[in-house]
Amino acid sequence: MRQFSYVRAESAAQAVSAKGIEANEFLAGGSTLIDLVKLDVMQPETVVDINSLPLYDIEELADGRLKIGALVSNTALAYHPVVKEKYAVLSEALLSGASTSLRNKATTGGNVMQRVRCSYFRDGISPCNKREPGSGCAAIGGHNRSVHAVLGTSEHCIASHPSDMCVAMAAIGATVVVKGPQGEREIPFTDFHLQPGNSPQKEHAKATDELITHVILDKPIAGNRSHYLKLRDRASYQFALASSAVIVSVEGGAIKEARLAMGGVATKPWRAFEAEQSLIGKAPSAQAFQQAAEIAFKGAVPQSQNAFKIPLGKNAVIRSLKTVTA
Amino acid sequence: MAHDKSRPLSKHREGFKSYTASRSRRNFIKGVGLSGVAVAASGCASQGMALDQEDEAMTDPEAVNKVEITLNVNGQPRKMKVLPNAVLLDVLRDDLVLTGTKKGCDHGQCGACNVHVNGDVINSCLSLAVMHDGDDITTVEGLSTEGEMSAVQKAFHECDAYQCGYCTAGQMMTATYVLNSDDIPASPEAWKEAMSGNICRCGAYKNILSAMQQASETA
Repeated sequence: MRQFSYVRAESAAQAVSAKGIEANEFLAGGSTLIDLVKLDVMQPETVVDINSLPLYDIEELADGRLKIGALVSNTALAYHPVVKEKYAVLSEALLSGASTSLRNKATTGGNVMQRVRCSYFRDGISPCNKREPGSGCAAIGGHNRSVHAVLGTSEHCIASHPSDMCVAMAAIGATVVVKGPQGEREIPFTDFHLQPGNSPQKEHAKATDELITHVILDKPIAGNRSHYLKLRDRASYQFALASSAVIVSVEGGAIKEARLAMGGVATKPWRAFEAEQSLIGKAPSAQAFQQAAEIAFKGAVPQSQNAFKIPLGKNAVIRSLKTVTA
Repeated sequence: MAHDKSRPLSKHREGFKSYTASRSRRNFIKGVGLSGVAVAASGCASQGMALDQEDEAMTDPEAVNKVEITLNVNGQPRKMKVLPNAVLLDVLRDDLVLTGTKKGCDHGQCGACNVHVNGDVINSCLSLAVMHDGDDITTVEGLSTEGEMSAVQKAFHECDAYQCGYCTAGQMMTATYVLNSDDIPASPEAWKEAMSGNICRCGAYKNILSAMQQASETA
């Protein structure tokens, strides 16, 4: 692994000041960063270790929201009593991701910043506009079966976003709190991740010297049932081919509120606002779910090997909606 | 699960032994240049350190870049200086000669390198040693008590839960954590899911599951 300098930040302000330039990286759990530095895909000059910062708490706010410190591990978050009780979809999504030991390492902030699993991005050699802007995209027309998207792609990048946690957070509704040299600001979760467009190297709405300090989950929907359905090549320990996070409340036989987000099929955690709207006021039925799934995948563009993700993704949406309304 | 990580950097330096320099002169010069940035930005080095570092640099060109840490490994405090990019797995194996922990994929995909840090099982290949200053680390060598194998170790032995044995240390570290966890249900289905990050190329999974069943009954 290449050499780098190391700074152990003792405060968020110090972390932000040490981060400075693009070529430096924050270090939390390390499960993405150290992997990619070993592959020489990420080449930090300085690694800013934020593990000493007091960002390990999960706090219920007076307004009913849940404030999660950026350093809360995926394990701690998944098994937190409030998350299990009020945000079951998030607990399920977290526990469907990675492995026991990786979930102990991986952090909330780190998972928001997780990098794509496209093998052409990771190999350090192939054309990849994310790794080397302007070099092209080897995945278009190449191997693009499992970790490439059908929604939100561009002619410059088709890699799918790999996180399960983020799909659940997109469905729940959340805010990413970042701290930069100018102070703190909040970014709506669904605006945080960017579609590749013409600049796939720009993945997030935060500036390079802004540090994620918290994620705040919206107040849970009253009387909701939720579910995360993840479909993959193996029964465990594999990235999603297609996944669906749904949160639904039913009142008087009709759907009162609905939230839907998809993973594995899109270039960012994909909230399907229009499909949600189609469900409101309707009685739960196969027809209503089919219609929502069609809307959710409207405009999907298949690549050479992943056209199966469109029917698979629709079926994931339909089955997860059936599960929460059964 | 969360623990207090807000510890000051240890400034004790006695008993430190120089590492054997292994980098080229070019890398050394580059490293020195960068280290100035780090020390200036971090403000975590004592004023006297720069002078000491110059002395050490005479015998160990990498010393200037190194960070002093103490790892509490299997109950023993182990004070050392490591480069920022030293990986916990490599420090355990190469510097502390605790070779029970194995290097498999080196990318967090196989679980062969799993160890416990402050009670939680993690992939040591994806940790920098500098991240673990002051942490309690248990490797497979620390599972036994006064030469007596743990319940998990005995069960792996008696159930023949391995063939080549390369993944076994990591399997036992994860199994020990899983069986002690209050969150993971005590059922073969939950154990299969919780153990899925530990790959066994020989395919001893059935016997690993039997061993966990046996260990859970004897523990």
